[in-house]
Amino acid sequence: MSILIDENTQLLVQGITGREGLFHTSQMLAYGTRVVAGVTPGKGGEWVLDGKVPVFDTVQIAVEATGANCSVSFVPARFAADAMLEASAASVELIVCITEGIPVQDMMRVRRALDLQGTRLVGPNCPGLLSPGASKVGIIPGHIAKRGKIGIVSRSGTLTYEVLYSLTASGMGTSTCVGIGGDPVNGTSFVDVLSMFEEDPHTDKVVLIGEIGGTDEEKAAAFISDQMTKPVVGFIAGRTAPPGKRMGHAGAIVEGGTGLASEKIRVLQSAGVRIADHPEQIPELLQ
Amino acid sequence: MKLHEYQSKQIFAQHGIPIPHGRVAAIADEVRAIAEELGGKVVVKSQVLVGGRGKAGGIRLAKTPEDAAGLAAKILGMEIKGLPVRKVLVDEAVNIATEIYLGITNDRTSRCPVMIASSEGGVDIEEVARTDPKKIVRKRIDALLGWRDYQGRDLASAIELPREHWRSFMSIARGLYETYIECDATLAEINPLVITKEGHLLALDGKMVIDDNALYRHPEIAEMRDIDEEEPEERQARKFGLSYVKLDGDIGCLVNGAGLAMATMDVIKLHGGEPANFLDIGGGASAEKVREALSIILLDSNVKVVLINIFGGITRCDEVARGILEALKKHKAKLPIVVRLVGTNDEEGRKLLAKADMMTAKSLAEAAQMAAELVKEKAPA
Repeated sequence: MSILIDENTQLLVQGITGREGLFHTSQMLAYGTRVVAGVTPGKGGEWVLDGKVPVFDTVQIAVEATGANCSVSFVPARFAADAMLEASAASVELIVCITEGIPVQDMMRVRRALDLQGTRLVGPNCPGLLSPGASKVGIIPGHIAKRGKIGIVSRSGTLTYEVLYSLTASGMGTSTCVGIGGDPVNGTSFVDVLSMFEEDPHTDKVVLIGEIGGTDEEKAAAFISDQMTKPVVGFIAGRTAPPGKRMGHAGAIVEGGTGLASEKIRVLQSAGVRIADHPEQIPELLQ
Repeated sequence: MKLHEYQSKQIFAQHGIPIPHGRVAAIADEVRAIAEELGGKVVVKSQVLVGGRGKAGGIRLAKTPEDAAGLAAKILGMEIKGLPVRKVLVDEAVNIATEIYLGITNDRTSRCPVMIASSEGGVDIEEVARTDPKKIVRKRIDALLGWRDYQGRDLASAIELPREHWRSFMSIARGLYETYIECDATLAEINPLVITKEGHLLALDGKMVIDDNALYRHPEIAEMRDIDEEEPEERQARKFGLSYVKLDGDIGCLVNGAGLAMATMDVIKLHGGEPANFLDIGGGASAEKVREALSIILLDSNVKVVLINIFGGITRCDEVARGILEALKKHKAKLPIVVRLVGTNDEEGRKLLAKADMMTAKSLAEAAQMAAELVKEKAPA
């Protein structure tokens, strides 16, 4: 059916009483996600969204009371590292961090601590996960996708929506869409998600949306060439970005010759990935 | 955010790293006075946020205070890679025996800090990295354990540093790691780290880049920002939380999301156009933010056509439309504008824009094509 999240996902929202947290919790509930708890320190005992979701002071108490197994975090950047460590310490299996603008040194320490604890992190600075018809964890607009057999993994946010939208317009459906985020240090990588799609009996083909900076696409190319049997179609944003310039995402910086779009496209193509010239060409390449 | 050499070295000194005596100045007379204080023989170094200062003639040795003032007068009028020199650092001249390299940065692939050292310091370090990579030694640092002294010994040994300098080298490495951590740097670099003929280690040059996302917890560093070194448009964008990079083309782009903004630029190029900028309004932008974003584009004299591409998720298309209308009212611009609005509240957004004189596109590819053709039509035959 899907990877990472499904109908059985019991979700906890960190930062549920904030503007973004509250709005997107209502969107997730409307989509059918089982949101079982929220956490905002100092607001334990309250209920939000017409009494639908109980709020707790700590993740530990929320997990004990509700059995939540997944957390999505809208906690502001300066408190976000702490929020991830808290969820990990409370043995939450999957953390999805939407927050953008987290200092990179915080992320290096968090990632190391989460690895020791064995917690899976998606993000930060990501739109989250969507398994159409089953569950939505994050901020991807639910109505632009329908259930199907194409797996999507992306470092981008709105560019991912663009691709989902054009797939739906071409009558194609999605098993799970995973936004891994655009930061230089994040949790789940392209390779992690590709291997899950390879194992998932309900995913037939995969779309990979990358961008300039880092070497995650190069690692994905090696994995695809060595271990994947399912066809992969890709798009890499930033072909026209000048080197050395920061293009919004902390991650989208081209550093001295590495991380160039042209190089990523070359290695992906030689791994058998068909690369689209523009995002709206992806459905055509999947046919 | 990049720091100037003099700023970086001051921070190094606070962490126990030895630096030459020196001060910064903006006029030649000051330079003469500083040179007199320092004993006459000094180095006059232009302070601009760009590499290759030495090769451009922006770093000169002066034998006397008079000489220093003369050189400073020349350097203070220079432009280096398009950046005017507004300040010089006047450092005491030192007797260099050996130049080594020491730096720390983020290793993205291993998700940890990495300390880098080389026996071949100086201006050609990047050339060394290409031609003789074995001369560049790296030590990854566990993000939870931090820098350990044994790693300093490992590095000293690997670059074949004479043992009498190890103690000093390890103290400098420790100081550089502390600097990097305490300032939330993404780069802290000493190049060259010199061994003087008298046998002392000294950070002759320094460079730091600070993580913009961490500036909130370093107000003292945030204040060091040299606004003279920013494009005015980039300063304006930063004020409103917009992510903007000026480019050389003539199609102004306004997009939500960094990935989509880059993809939009790519598709423009695919259709033969040239983007004038990268501009990401971020998620959930208000009408005010959109107005400021579009104003920046409309005020850019290179822009001939504007392309607005919005895929509303958190961002609401009606809010974007209101911002567009406000900007147009303010600037009375006659530039052709191509708009593509999809997603949250797109119907309302399109209704708001219906009265304004704009071209609408259904897809990204169509929008890019329209913009590229409009530029061609406007070009003199």
